[in-house]
Amino acid sequence: MSRLRNRAFRSGFTVCWSTPGVVLLGTSIGYGALANDAGLSAALAVAISALFFALPAQVVLVDEIARGTGLIAIALAVSVTAIRLLPMAVTLVPYFQLKKDPAWLRIYAIHQLAITPWLEAQQRLPRVSPIVRLPLYAGIGTGIMVNTLVGTAVGHWLAGGLPTALSAALLFMTPVYFLLSLIGTAVRLPHLLALGLGAALGPVMFLALADTGLDLLVTGLIGGTAAWVVARQIDRAAR
Amino acid sequence: MLLVIAKDHSVTGSALGSILSVPGVVWIILAAVLAHESWRWLGLWIGSRVSVDGQVFQWVQYVAMALVAALVMRLVLFPAGALADVDLMARCAALAIGVGTYLVTRRNLAMGVAVGSLSLAAFVALT
Repeated sequence: MSRLRNRAFRSGFTVCWSTPGVVLLGTSIGYGALANDAGLSAALAVAISALFFALPAQVVLVDEIARGTGLIAIALAVSVTAIRLLPMAVTLVPYFQLKKDPAWLRIYAIHQLAITPWLEAQQRLPRVSPIVRLPLYAGIGTGIMVNTLVGTAVGHWLAGGLPTALSAALLFMTPVYFLLSLIGTAVRLPHLLALGLGAALGPVMFLALADTGLDLLVTGLIGGTAAWVVARQIDRAAR
Repeated sequence: MLLVIAKDHSVTGSALGSILSVPGVVWIILAAVLAHESWRWLGLWIGSRVSVDGQVFQWVQYVAMALVAALVMRLVLFPAGALADVDLMARCAALAIGVGTYLVTRRNLAMGVAVGSLSLAAFVALT
């Protein structure tokens, strides 16, 4: 039994040399360079990557520290960037529901929650037995984390030495990867509807609510609920 | 307990002596980590009470998808950092090229991401 789970962990870990792993490597290089520009040491930059494992929070943190903002304001700003993690965690954890999963593994696994591992999980977890889902996810998260830490260190070392075209391309990998993965998970019409509504409403909400994090949440709630209602109608009509 | 945060971010406490003379950055990071990780823990707690087959799970999944789609649009339309200097049309075109490549290569994620990003690099390098 636990050989199966170990294999699942290693299988998840191989994500570090697949597309999502490379995307995170690229993004982390960008973050490492940013941290260097802001005056952080390499050790601190890598530690922050490990502790937060979420680029929006890290970018806000580095930016606000550089500006000398106060502790409470920074904690609040960082907290708001984490709201998007809540629905992700809620749609990830139910896959793990096996009483035998130890608590420490769940807490470790949930720390490895970021959009990229979440997207991978949505595609891979439903297809495997519940017994191996948590080790598989822990492997995916660990693989992505390793890439993130390596990327941060490399980025810090490279710092301002990257040509503009390259840094722009590295940053751009993230939205492209997110969008293509979302399209990959959209197997039903309501999924496409959720994507379409999110993409349409998102910019509107951003202009209305600015970069508060609430823009994403409100868009998610409106678009997601509408798509869910449509899904229920379709399911009812099919019966 | 009163915490006094000085301009150089060093923190001293009236009742806790020299322990709190640790560089203020450490306290900031600690507070930020707790404020940040709490959302993951909350999700862990709520998620362990939700069933994969239930309507709640479905609903939250749709919400999450719409949220990430909104995030993608935000990253492309209102970027921060090096991407902000790139022409909006170039960003949208590169995204479209990425999506097109993905669909044409029968959903090859690596190709889509590679071609999309390289298109952007090309736009930047050529303008």
